Amino acid sequence: MGELIANFGTGQVPMVAYLGVSLIMFFSGVYGFLTRKSLLMILVAVELMLNAVDINFVVFNRFLFPGQFEGFFFALFTIAIAACETAVAIAIIINIYRNINSVQVGELDEMKE
Amino acid sequence: MANQIIFYVLATIIAIFSVLAVTSNKIIRSALYLLFVLLSTAGLYLLLGYPYLFGVQIAVYAGGVMVLFIFAIFLTNKPGDKVDKERPIRRIVAAITAFTGLAFCGHIIYYNVARVFTTVIAEETKIQVIGRTLMGTEKYQYLLPFEVISILLLACIVGSIMIARKR
Repeated sequence: MGELIANFGTGQVPMVAYLGVSLIMFFSGVYGFLTRKSLLMILVAVELMLNAVDINFVVFNRFLFPGQFEGFFFALFTIAIAACETAVAIAIIINIYRNINSVQVGELDEMKE
Repeated sequence: MANQIIFYVLATIIAIFSVLAVTSNKIIRSALYLLFVLLSTAGLYLLLGYPYLFGVQIAVYAGGVMVLFIFAIFLTNKPGDKVDKERPIRRIVAAITAFTGLAFCGHIIYYNVARVFTTVIAEETKIQVIGRTLMGTEKYQYLLPFEVISILLLACIVGSIMIARKR
């Protein structure tokens, strides 16, 4: 905390602050993943976790290897894969809703009629 | 100084709305809070000097994924539905898990990352450099993952249509 206050006048945001933000985001995603019962809400929590990981990739790239692009492209590809995953997951959720008329995880107790 | 103020505003928005997104009672509000979190994340990318990632985040996440979410919510929920909560004992266990992880990772980050702290002036990455890196085949260039992602997107489109079509 002392370093944060000491750095406040210098005009640069320390790396710890960025990592702290993504940490809060990731663990609120973990909490949501464990407590929510609707499939869509679980997907929202997963999106939060993926987004936190993207921030971490970019921050490590910027602060530790500023001349390279590995973290940048990992974040880019992670965003693309997350979009794919969301599309397939929502297709599956809509199919489930059509079959059992609900998207609650507690009522999903059979795979095929 | 200005980017510090912007950063702390964005960080506050992200922290508050990411907690609200997983605790809110209405499902549509939860999606809306997620949208705020994604937009603030795009702001963080801009602050770090990656304007291209800012654009991708806005277009793909805040545009595409959120539209999918909102359509799915409208297709599967009646308006005004409350979200069912898990049993209290499970919520307490989940909260303990999340706080333990938060404390553990926070301790590691705080006591180790501060050692390697370096001040970097965030200069903007040129879009030409990004294009050459994305399209090259040499070392540290990313043509193969780019093509694999395009095949993955195609497989994903076909898969979604196959799964969600009417029989």
